[in-house]
Amino acid sequence: MFTWILRRMFQASFVLLAMTVIVFVGVHVIGNPVDILISPEADQAERAKIIAEMGLDQPLWRQYAYFLNGALHGDLGRSFVFNEPALKLIGGRMPATLELAVTAVLMSMCFGIPLGLYAGLKPNGFLGRVIMTGSILGFSLPSFWVGLMLIMVFAVQLGWLPSTGRGETAMLFGVRWSFLTWDGLRHMAMPALNLSLFNISLVLRLTRAGVRENLTMDYVKFARAKGLSPARVIFVHILKNIMIPVTTVLGLELGSTIAFAVVTESVFAWPGMGKLIIDSINVLDRPVIVAYLMMIVLMFITINLVVDILYTMLDPRVRLETKA
Amino acid sequence: MSATLEVRNLRTHFFTRAGVVKAVDDVSFSVERGQVLGLVGESGSGKSVTGFSIIGLIDPPGRLTGGSILYQGEDLAKLSERDMRHLRGNRIAMIFQDPMMTLNPVLRIDTQMTEAVHAHVKTTNADARARARDALGMVGIPSPEERLNAYPHQFSGGMRQRVAIAIALLHNPDLLIADEPTTALDVTIQAQILAEVQKLTTDHGTALIWITHDLSVIAGLADRIAVMYAGRVVETGEATDVLDHPVHPYTHGLIGSVPSRNKRGERLRQIPGMTPSLLSLPPGCAFRTRCTHATSVCEQEPPTSEPSPGHTARCFHPIEGNAP
Ligand SMILES: Nc1ncnc2c1ncn2[C@@H]1O[C@H](COP(=O)(O)OP(=O)(O)OP(=O)(O)O)[C@@H](O)[C@H]1O
Ligand code: SF4
Ligand SMILES: [Mg+2]
Repeated sequence: MFTWILRRMFQASFVLLAMTVIVFVGVHVIGNPVDILISPEADQAERAKIIAEMGLDQPLWRQYAYFLNGALHGDLGRSFVFNEPALKLIGGRMPATLELAVTAVLMSMCFGIPLGLYAGLKPNGFLGRVIMTGSILGFSLPSFWVGLMLIMVFAVQLGWLPSTGRGETAMLFGVRWSFLTWDGLRHMAMPALNLSLFNISLVLRLTRAGVRENLTMDYVKFARAKGLSPARVIFVHILKNIMIPVTTVLGLELGSTIAFAVVTESVFAWPGMGKLIIDSINVLDRPVIVAYLMMIVLMFITINLVVDILYTMLDPRVRLETKA
Repeated sequence: MSATLEVRNLRTHFFTRAGVVKAVDDVSFSVERGQVLGLVGESGSGKSVTGFSIIGLIDPPGRLTGGSILYQGEDLAKLSERDMRHLRGNRIAMIFQDPMMTLNPVLRIDTQMTEAVHAHVKTTNADARARARDALGMVGIPSPEERLNAYPHQFSGGMRQRVAIAIALLHNPDLLIADEPTTALDVTIQAQILAEVQKLTTDHGTALIWITHDLSVIAGLADRIAVMYAGRVVETGEATDVLDHPVHPYTHGLIGSVPSRNKRGERLRQIPGMTPSLLSLPPGCAFRTRCTHATSVCEQEPPTSEPSPGHTARCFHPIEGNAP
């Protein structure tokens, strides 16, 4: 188990390293941040001073070496724009994105599993077909369009929900969260739903397929042959089996959900990391871009690790030793 | 003496897209208290479907389309699902063909056993557990108390089948349907399990339906034998009558293919040909494409003859004399 985690860490550091190289080269190819960041009115001396401050007068490899050295000491550089440490900048925006993504994933379970169960148990019923058709829409409608439609209907037409910002927040562990206040929750409702739409469809389809498959299994038939109630068969025998793939996939989806929050955050002006990264890309704020991508990669790696551990807990047949 | 189970003219058909599969078509037999009925036939002859029809676990597209299943005089085919559930696993139990698939892989043995207790008796968890443990001990599972905490994958096939048998016998059923429970196991374990089930059922006067495709398995066990072919019972009677004086050509073929009955060095005789597709069964005797005694008259529905009291066969040309 320990060596297994160690090996995963080792692989992860390689991925991180490769990613930083790509970003450095990539940003260099796209353009020079200097052109965007420094006002055209600045005189030559001022210009040179700022460039030197940002370290952009050095050759690229030296900039990279400088960055690596800093990264090893926990310093990912200062934002060109805000002149603040990039990590601090991202850290400040992260709670907003995290709570949005986690809420979206929870919502996809709360909606996806019951709908999938129903569609799986009544595959030929009218409602079952409606649910399946709906899930295709959930997969295929572009997220920003759905977001705009939600705003149109619930914010503009009906006026039920606010359409921008985090609303009122409350402190917990020294961080501000929206989900702790009623106003915050109302602000989160639409963006979270928007973000979870894809995952709802995914969970729904997984659950339905799982139910269909499980219903033909001998162990389900045997459970029925014991005289168990249908509720017990569905919610214990079938659901417990379905939770394995659903949890695994959803866990892995958490990473992409965080990454995809970019679109939703832009539509709903949700002040999370996604909005920050979009702004940073626009001005080629390299330290922030690198730091953000490193965060995302680390998050994916951690999530994969946690999912693997969770998977072994859910499925008694899998042991970490055999997987390593 | 009234029969524990009397099946009369049972018909179970599957209404598939390709057509109607008459898996069980006009099947009649009866089992008395403490007796063993051997239900024999090649693969696909409708043995399992007969078993599932009795216990009420035929799922769409399958449906009981006719006949009656009299359990202690009451027609199970007319019982509500709720009433049927109270009998299932309680008064009528079933053991399945494949022990590797019968137990739910993600639930512990104790869960799967105590839920079967709770389904039919109001009792405490401790008592349910004690009953489960005793049942495991009864079927010869060593250190049952510890094994209760195990998962199915920690048992061998033979041990899993014992667990399934323990579950089936938890409530001392009046009728036990054993659907080829030893086919997937190796020969020595087959014999052990056979002997154990027989002992446990005779102890409680349980009527036993033992399904198999292998006549030799039940030769020493069954009181009565019903031979099925293509969804019909073609010959039935006392075990000694059917085994020693079979009259139906198909039964003759089955007995001829039992290894122990063949002389040493002689080639094992197989019935030539294959079971016909139940989808497009032509009228008349279904065996006629493979029967060496067939004549043109066999294209008609064969009559039922009774060579000796209680011994019947459906054939135009019953064979006289002894077994091959
Ligand atoms: N759900 C179903 N849909 C359509 N046909 C079915 C279904 N279940 C069973 N059948 C058909 O019913 C026939 C009898 O099947 P059954 O399982 O009873 O055979 P069996 O005698 O138990 O054979 P085996 O020894 O292989 O277990 C087969 O031809 C099978 O194709
Ligand atoms: S009825 Fe004819 S075809 Fe059928 S088993 Fe008898 S002899 Fe053979
Ligand atoms: Mg079968």
